[in-house]
Amino acid sequence: MKKVYFSEISGNSLGYLALVAGLGLLVLLGLAAFWYMEYNGHWVTGMNDQVVWGIPHVFAVFLIVAASGALNVASISSVFSKTAYKPLARLSGLLALALLAGGLMVLVLDLGRPDRLIIAMTKYNFKSIFAWNIYLYTGFFVVVIVYLWMMMERKMNKYTHAAGTAAFIWRLTLTTGTGSIFGFIVARQFYDSAIYAPMFIIMSFSFGLAIFILMLMAIYGGTGRPLGDAILFRLKNLLGVFVAAVLFMVIIFFLTALYATEHHDVVRFILSGDNIYTKLFWVVQVILGSLVPIAIFYNPVTGTSRAWIAIGSILVILGGFVQIFVIIVGGQAFPLVLFPGMEVSSSFYDGVVGSYTPSLPEFLLGIGGVAVALIIVTLALKVLQFTPNSLADEDVDPHYVKAK
Amino acid sequence: MNILHLLKAFLITGVMLMATAVSAEVPLPEIQTGEGNCVEPTDIMRKDHMNFIYHQRDETMYQGIRTSKYSLKQCVSCHAIKDDQGEYVRANDPKYFCTSCHEYVAVKIDCFECHADTPRSTDKHELRVNE
Amino acid sequence: MSNKASNKELVNQKRRAILGGTAAAITGAAIAPGVFLTETAQARPLDEPVNGKIRWGILVNTNNCNDCNDCVIACQEENGWGIGSTDEQKSRPDQKAQWIRTVKVTNKKTGYTKTLPMFCQHCENPPCVDVCPTGASFKRADGIVLVDKHICIGCRYCMMACPYKARSFIHEKLTDQRSYAPRGIGTVEGCTLCIQRVDNGEDPACVVACSNSLIFGDLNDPDSEISKELARNGGTQIRADLRLNPGIIYQGLNF
Repeated sequence: MKKVYFSEISGNSLGYLALVAGLGLLVLLGLAAFWYMEYNGHWVTGMNDQVVWGIPHVFAVFLIVAASGALNVASISSVFSKTAYKPLARLSGLLALALLAGGLMVLVLDLGRPDRLIIAMTKYNFKSIFAWNIYLYTGFFVVVIVYLWMMMERKMNKYTHAAGTAAFIWRLTLTTGTGSIFGFIVARQFYDSAIYAPMFIIMSFSFGLAIFILMLMAIYGGTGRPLGDAILFRLKNLLGVFVAAVLFMVIIFFLTALYATEHHDVVRFILSGDNIYTKLFWVVQVILGSLVPIAIFYNPVTGTSRAWIAIGSILVILGGFVQIFVIIVGGQAFPLVLFPGMEVSSSFYDGVVGSYTPSLPEFLLGIGGVAVALIIVTLALKVLQFTPNSLADEDVDPHYVKAK
Repeated sequence: MNILHLLKAFLITGVMLMATAVSAEVPLPEIQTGEGNCVEPTDIMRKDHMNFIYHQRDETMYQGIRTSKYSLKQCVSCHAIKDDQGEYVRANDPKYFCTSCHEYVAVKIDCFECHADTPRSTDKHELRVNE
Repeated sequence: MSNKASNKELVNQKRRAILGGTAAAITGAAIAPGVFLTETAQARPLDEPVNGKIRWGILVNTNNCNDCNDCVIACQEENGWGIGSTDEQKSRPDQKAQWIRTVKVTNKKTGYTKTLPMFCQHCENPPCVDVCPTGASFKRADGIVLVDKHICIGCRYCMMACPYKARSFIHEKLTDQRSYAPRGIGTVEGCTLCIQRVDNGEDPACVVACSNSLIFGDLNDPDSEISKELARNGGTQIRADLRLNPGIIYQGLNF
């Protein structure tokens, strides 16, 4: 394998400027949406006292989960010493930071009192997984920045393995914390399950890698730098495994729930109910988001087509987003069980499926978070040397044989 | 909590410095005080009112201590003023006791986003502290 | 109407007793047992912190409960929400706060139906307190679960965690609060067990409004009326399987 040369992207083209301007506009729209919700109060959103976490939380959790997963490519290189992934490690770290920043922005700006962020940073209840997550999220930035520094400063390269291992352990802990937000909720039938922590970790592998593949194709396509088949096919094969693993976790989750009679109602609600969550689960999460991408990635024709790999990755992201929507909103929409087996009704919507109609500002805030992540990557690529000049097979594939 | 205090102190000092700098242009606020004497001398209240309220706030909240001397409710009941129509002036009005000064020094308070800013005749249940 | 008037009279009687008896109550002798349900609280001077010897609770006898809503209306008027306030005009019905509500429970098989008041159950092990990142959700030493709105950041995790749906989020600016019941935009709130009344040695507003099915008192004091009634006839907690040990205990829930 040849030596890998990294360089900044030129970032002078009209396309680059248009991209930055477009993303900047989306960020501004997101901030405007935040201001609108903050000024008026949350009555202008779709949330209510039944479904308290809505679209902003779906965006935030998706981005945070994907952030830790995006770091995986770097971990495979530094922790598991797979040289093929080494040229991709820097971009992987950058993407992880950017996605987490976008997700946290959405999470914070949807608080009832975002002006009290200083309180969230100074007062802690350590029995709360939320409080731990504040440490895990901020710590993630520090750990990954140090890791990037070790990778990018030649004098520090010898510490890359150690820093990469620390970052890997940290990101596993972080996703455990994110999954446990739901795993630790005893009150609601759809949560309260230890499987959420490992399921979120596998989900992060999948979502993060799907985003990474798309970013890689976009950056190398946009800058005209060579991107070899070997590295791309390696990544999409891995993504196929991750997608299948997520599906496995989902099946185990529902089987476990089905075995306990007390959970039959909620399983029926999600899997065979007359509601949006059932449709989204089967059509988008399972078929479009899992089965179709697996078929695309492993079919000899589509699996070797860049366009199809891109479509497959987009579908994985779509399915992942919907999966988090079904978990967060679907899980809340199912009414609390006050009296097991009994029928309940009240003025406070007891016993009634919670209704949630997302509002435009909530979507704009969420999209603003995505735009923040993308604009960070776009700008960082121009300032620092994150991407190799070439990812062509003959330059980076350790198994490349010249005369085939 | 200490960090918060420190931050607040910095902020307030900064704001005061700025206020002094521009005081030539901004007219001094007209502060309408309530009737009777305050619980502490004016110079002490000017400096420490937030600490009194802050301290009392946590004692009442967490320990159920309901002495009236430094309670926000007691502040409001003395300092509330009425306008020409005989209606109570509300906290968002520049004439309101707290607001008149806080607007001048540009220190935002959020007390009255939750707390009642006027003594209310509609209050069903009056506390023993006022009797 | 007459019901309301008599409530007021009862409150006034109590207040007079308190006023006359505060000094004497400290010595612990003046108030005859059985006249008041909350002797201990009356004995606590204003400047003395609450202590863990007391565990406040309410016993609900659902056999006497019909869907009259008196407890709900009393709470609204006392604490200034619902019809007790001019606020929350912009919020949709599913966004408006409800500190207490009447829940109708029906056994689908038999058709047997019961109505009961549902509000913060003031758990001994409250999930809302466990999950709150800043510690804004907290339990006072005497067992009352509250939200410190000064440090509530409005994350709504407590609403996710409460099995009783006891908490509401304030979706808009408020201006019509009671002086003793602060509530405001962007924070979460719920039943305070009428802490302003309890600290003054009075029963919560709902208990005053419905004395034939609600008993308020100290669960730790074996001589309190609530403890005696529990010893006589027992009671059940809602979702007792979660082992949260709520301070609100119900009778007559045999579906």
